[in-house]
Amino acid sequence: MCRLDNKVSIVTGSTRGIGKDISLEIARRGAKVVISGRDLARAEEVKGEIENKGGKAIVIPADVSKSEEAQNLINKTLEIWDQIDILVNNAGITKDNLIMRMPETDWDEVINVNLKGTFNCIKSVTRQMMKQRSGRIINITSVVGLMGNPGQSNYAASKAGIVGLTKSIARELSSRNITCNAIAPGYIETEMTKKLDQKIKEALKERIPLGRLGQGKDVAKLAAFLASEDASYITGQVFNVDGGMLIA
Amino acid sequence: MSLEDKVKEIIVDKLGVSEEKVTPEAHFIEDLGADSLDTVELVMAFEDEFNVEIPDDDAQQIATVKSAVDYLNKKLKEAE
Repeated sequence: MCRLDNKVSIVTGSTRGIGKDISLEIARRGAKVVISGRDLARAEEVKGEIENKGGKAIVIPADVSKSEEAQNLINKTLEIWDQIDILVNNAGITKDNLIMRMPETDWDEVINVNLKGTFNCIKSVTRQMMKQRSGRIINITSVVGLMGNPGQSNYAASKAGIVGLTKSIARELSSRNITCNAIAPGYIETEMTKKLDQKIKEALKERIPLGRLGQGKDVAKLAAFLASEDASYITGQVFNVDGGMLIA
Repeated sequence: MSLEDKVKEIIVDKLGVSEEKVTPEAHFIEDLGADSLDTVELVMAFEDEFNVEIPDDDAQQIATVKSAVDYLNKKLKEAE
């Protein structure tokens, strides 16, 4: 198991779902974790869970779609822990609808949280990581961003945008020993996918070669690897954790 | 240490060039081998050292050692 001892990490949207699982996993490997999100009570719960297992965590609330809050998240982290080794851009929302029925506000909101939020956090952390001459940026995209999905044009567009963002950042910052990769989860059992219609879920399962939905920890283990020293020669890549859904 | 000397020190440190090369006319990219990220880093280092904020439009004007010194002199006077 690759260790992340004393690595300072920020995981956005870590109050639930995949973000929570990533936080627990990297904390288990020794990282100090900033729990962040819009739901303060749940953030405190995740912090408590980490501390109960002997890990270190703090809570810094942030709505990353707002640039000043993203900047504040980075600044506060530096005030407390002096450095930032790992940034996991996980915060994401869905507002599903067919394109003909999709209100402009639903388009904007999803793009603002998922894509712009990722941009905001990367932009704010770059200065510090450039100074350190090291850093790991991990963006959570989605299988949907790579293959499209009816009813999720806003979500898919935001996640496809993250792929382009990831590759560009990887090229821009590689000379400073900062890597940037993306993970594209398939259907993972979280509150987000719980909202899906039962029939759709059954149909989806049939499209997964491994025959089951994934778990948050399946994604978290890859995130922990990408954050570690063992992944120092990997940048600009998109990794699918999807039970084989996207086997070409 | 004068402002000019401090600026030179930062350039030597950030770009890893020898002191003799850092003449007033030296251009960061053409003469001192900086890439575009280096120039951003230089500006960030100036901001930190002299406690000023350098807007992007201004930053693009800072391309040589002299232009950096002149700009920072002006900026610090304004702040007084």
